[in-house]
Order: sequence, then C-alpha cells, then structure tokens
Amino acid sequence: MKQFDPGDSPSIASITDKVRSLATGMPVTAIHFLGDTAVFVGSEEHAALVSATGEVSSVAVHSGAILCAASDGERIVTGGDDGKVVALDAKGTVTVLATDPKRRWIDNVALHPDGAVAWSAGKTAFVRSGKGEEKSFDAPTTVGGLAFAPKGLRLAIAHYNGVTLWFPNMAANPEFLEWAGSHLGVIFSPDNKFLVTTMHEPAMHGWRLADNRHMRMSGYPGRVRSMSWSVGGKGLATSGADTVIIWPFNSKDGPMGKEPAMLAPLQARVSMVACHPKQDNLAAGYSDGSVLMVRLNDGAEILVRRNGSAAVSALAWNAKGTLLAFAAEDGDAGLLAL
Amino acid sequence: MPDLTSQKIPVTVLTGYLGAGKTTLLNRILSENHGKKYAVIVNEFGEIGIDNDLIIGADEEVFEMNNGCVCCTVRGDLVRILDGLMKRKGKFDAIIVETTGLADPAPVAQTFFVDEDVQKNARLDAVVTVADAKWLSDRLKDAPEAKNQIAFADVIVLNKTDLVSKAELAEVEARIRGINPYAKLHRTERCQVAIADVLERGAFDLDRILEIEPEFLDAGDGHHHDHDHHDHHHDHGHSHDTHSHGGLKHYHDEDMQSLSLRSAKPLDATKFMPWLQNLVASEGQKILRSKGILAFSDDDDRYVFQGVHMMLEGDHQRKWKDGEARESRVVFIGRELPEQMIRDGFESCITT
Repeated sequence: MKQFDPGDSPSIASITDKVRSLATGMPVTAIHFLGDTAVFVGSEEHAALVSATGEVSSVAVHSGAILCAASDGERIVTGGDDGKVVALDAKGTVTVLATDPKRRWIDNVALHPDGAVAWSAGKTAFVRSGKGEEKSFDAPTTVGGLAFAPKGLRLAIAHYNGVTLWFPNMAANPEFLEWAGSHLGVIFSPDNKFLVTTMHEPAMHGWRLADNRHMRMSGYPGRVRSMSWSVGGKGLATSGADTVIIWPFNSKDGPMGKEPAMLAPLQARVSMVACHPKQDNLAAGYSDGSVLMVRLNDGAEILVRRNGSAAVSALAWNAKGTLLAFAAEDGDAGLLAL
Repeated sequence: MPDLTSQKIPVTVLTGYLGAGKTTLLNRILSENHGKKYAVIVNEFGEIGIDNDLIIGADEEVFEMNNGCVCCTVRGDLVRILDGLMKRKGKFDAIIVETTGLADPAPVAQTFFVDEDVQKNARLDAVVTVADAKWLSDRLKDAPEAKNQIAFADVIVLNKTDLVSKAELAEVEARIRGINPYAKLHRTERCQVAIADVLERGAFDLDRILEIEPEFLDAGDGHHHDHDHHDHHHDHGHSHDTHSHGGLKHYHDEDMQSLSLRSAKPLDATKFMPWLQNLVASEGQKILRSKGILAFSDDDDRYVFQGVHMMLEGDHQRKWKDGEARESRVVFIGRELPEQMIRDGFESCITT
C-alpha cells in the first residue's frame, strides 16, 4: 500500500521526546503554575497538582463543575456550579472564600496582585479587597468576563453591549464602554492603556482607555477563547484561526490600522495560546492536539506535541519560563522542562 | 457519516403561555420513573417540586447578532449555561429549557443554529408548547406571544381538556390548526402525556424530516380529507374566517398562517437555493419556521432543509428510493406571509 506519511516533517524541530506525559484522569479546562507546581484544573470537582518532577496529587475543590479559574501565581481561585468561590495554594490547601446564598453558578473569577478577588454570579460582580471588605455591582446583563486593571483597584466587567469599568472603592459612577454584541472575555494590557474583549461572535473588540477609541479586531473563523500578552505587552496573541493571530500593541495606537502577525499555520484551529513570560516565544495548542512553540520574530516552530488527539484545552508557562504544561480535552496532559 | 447527532445532548424547549401548565409538565417529566437524568434550565426557581441538583436558573437574555439582522437574536445565557453543563457531560441524558410564558421561542432555537460550541455539543430536539384548552382561543386574540408559541411548536400539549366541552375543544383545536397544522397535538388533563410524546422527538433532525404532512389529516376525526384540500384552504379569497367540511371547522388565523407548496416535477437547484436564501433574507422576520424535502433535477438524492426565521440549514439526506414519488414539498409557517409572492417564486424554480 502506498500512502503518504508526513511523519516528522524535517523542517520542524521536535522536542516531543522531552515531554513528560501525565495522566490527570479528567478533562482539563485550565492550567496555572504556583511556583514550579503545575495545577491542572479539571472540568469538574478536582484539580491535579503536578510537581516539576511529574508527581501528581489530586485535590477536591468543588462539588460540581468548575466554571472558571484565575491565578496570581500564589494561589488559584476557582468558581463552581456549586455556588462556591474557592482558593487553592501550592500545598493543596483548599479555602472556601465565598458561597453564593442562592447557590448560583460562579461564572467568572479574577485576582488582583494586592490580594483582592472578584467573582460574578449572574448579573452581579463582587469584589473582596485584600482586607476582606466586600462590595458588589449589578451589571445591566449577565457578566461575561472580569479583569482587574494592573494598577489601582479597578475592575472591568464585560457584559452585553460593552464593558463597565468599576472602581469598587470610589463613589464615582462606573464608566461604560459601549460596543454592541455579547462580550465574554476581557483583558487589560499590562501597561493599562488598552482594554480588549473577546466576543460571542468571532471577533475581539478593544478600547484605548485614554480616549475610549475603538479598535475592531475581526476576521476570525471561530470564536476567540484564548488571549495572551507577549513579553512586555508588545503583542496580543489569540486563538480562533488556523494560525496564531498576534495583534501589535507596541505603539500608542495599538493595532488600529495595522495588520496582525499570523504565525504557525496548521490544518487545524488554534485553541489555546500562552506567551513565554521572558522571551519572544509563545506556545500554541490546536484543535487536532498539536502543541507548537513559536518564535515571534521569525515564526520558527518547534513541535512539542504531535497531532492526532483531542483539542488542546489548556496551556501555561511557569513564571520563570522554564516549564510548559499543556492538557487536552480528553485529559491527556504533558509537562515540558526547558 | 456515523451518527454524530446521537452523541449530542438533546435539548427540548418547553414553551406555553402563562398558566398553561408548563411547570406541571416539567414536574411530570422529572418525577416519572424513566431512569433518565435531566438538566433543567428554568426561568424561575422554586416551582419545581423535585430535588435535582441540575436545575439552573436562567435570565432569558437575548441579544442581537452583530450582522445587522434584527431577527437574528440569540439567548446568550443559554450559550453560557450549556457551556457550563458540558463540563458535567455524562451526568445527565438530556436538557430541558423552560421559557417564560411571554417568551418568543425563536431566540432559543436560533442559538442552536448560530453558536458553534452549542452545535458541537447539543442538538435542538423539539419545541413543545403547552396550551390551555380553556383560555387559548382568547389568548390567540390578545396575546401575540401565545400565537408565536403555537406557530413555532413541533409538539402541542393541549392541556386542561377536562375544563372544556367537546365543542369548545373542537373549536380550540381548529384555532390551533389554523395556525400550525403540522405540530403533533396531544389532548391532556394535568399534562398527562407519555414522555416519549414530548421528548426525543428529533423534530430538528434533518434525517427525520421524512414526511411533511398536516398532522390533523390523520388525527382520527373519523373522516379524511385529501391532501390537496389543505393547500386549498390557503387559496381563499373570501373574507369570513371559518368554513366547514364534514363537520370539522377550519379557521384562518388573521395574521399567522402556514403555507404548503408542492411539485411533482423536479426543481432546479440553481434556481431554488438562491430563491430560498433570498426569501428568508427578505421575509425572514415573517417566516417563523420552514421545512422542505426537495427533488432536484439531475440529482438522485433527496435534499432536506429547515429554517428558523433567516437561518437555514440543509443537506442531502439519502437516495430517492425506487418507486418513491420524487415530489418536492415545502412548508412555511409565519406571520402575514406574502403568499402569492412565495407561490410564484416556487413555481419559477420548477423545471419545465
């Protein structure tokens, strides 16, 4: 039988043999590093803590689905369909931070570097400061996403038809950034100058915060589910297309009037992106299970994981950039030490 | 192609005007000993009498798609809830979405047409409308929402039939049939209906659009009309809204109708598809539901399609069988349908 076997394409360097494969035993929806411990957040009930040497220990965090997770590097905060907001540290200690009195789903969580935590249930966003003071804000519609600004206690709340910027500690009215449609994810640029949302439709929207000028970022074949700032916030890498789309943010106008970079094309949809924290590299996961490392300046690729499995559902670097962890929808996962 | 639809979670949409008995039906479904687990998305907590940790409150948040089409509305809350529920795949067999009494079923249905992730994991099974035998006739006059729900339905549970006389029941059924002759209709007291009659209907499954026939023709009224008669009752030019054949009343609803088209001669696909797309693009706000089985010239496959307002999906279904009449049938249910325009357009797609 004659069959073309692409096998190891000679043009792509491969480090697949350096990957330590892990059996988490559950579908994974997010990975966050606490120091050198990779925490794989399951789709329900459990998180798996994986040491740099590959030892796996499982921790029960929710009694149902885990709907969202965020990390500040010290702890991971998750929200569940059990109405609980839970914190998990690198030792595996689980602390319930809040329980919704009506047991509503906790749809979103966000963490502030100073210790404040935010979460949302339905239309209501809550903020608890590092000192334990709690405040809430009712958005006009269900909250789609939450993000703290890098400076000051300011929370971006994404919802239908725009984003509300709320200062929980100030009496001033929240600021409303309007744009029609359903906004699901929200992220500030590291320099606090831009705000970007992912939308229900296959597009992103951005605002320059100095003058609220709009930035439309569209053309995706699929919904954008993953965004990651490259080192120094020079570019915003995104999933949703069959290449990694990187919008330039290295000028005061952001990506306005500019074309994004398109790197690492495959015959599959990019499902996850994670930029290296120190270097101009990123990792990209695809719908066919491939994981690539990609150099931003020239697009050179290194194969981390071969295709042929479920879509990559989570991807993360540790803060030093020495460990890369990934997981697929079917629970197959891996850890790479560089 | 392997049957991927069977791995998708079926979603039943339960509608009905205020007080018709939606919650009664829901409680019946949940309390019956069927060995299945349902995730239930409700608009009001507390009315369900059954313990179930998979009851989720929803806010019925509708938003317009950013495509400039005002009828392309989607239930954003449903997108979010289904996404969350999929994390608990394997913990339930099916999903039931209860809407408020005043809700339009279209945004729920459209969510399944436009959302990639929803489509990947779930499939719309049927729109089930609970109607109050005693009050529906009045609501059809004063509540456009009630009429929408009847027009949209795949299954109608005509409830509280014990509260009306035989004549009143015949009257309300005729009213329903004047709007939607295609839905399966079940007469019930306290929503006593077999679960199999409301769940797992496959009403949106293209492979199961086998027959498009007015349901009431074989509803066991003791007499039969021939099929052409149904078409005829839309061709009327007279002003009164009821006429009678063999004792069965026929109503023409003032603003909501169904329109059935058929052709024994094959259609020209290069004419029909653009015509259909243009039709739903220009008249989609009026067209609530559309369905069709099509025989194209030079094509040995049956083509089937269905639509909700402006959204259409269609596919080649299977080969026409030997001896099977290659007849094309198309059905529209809608408000103030431009009947002549649709008929003329359809005619122009028939090969000569």
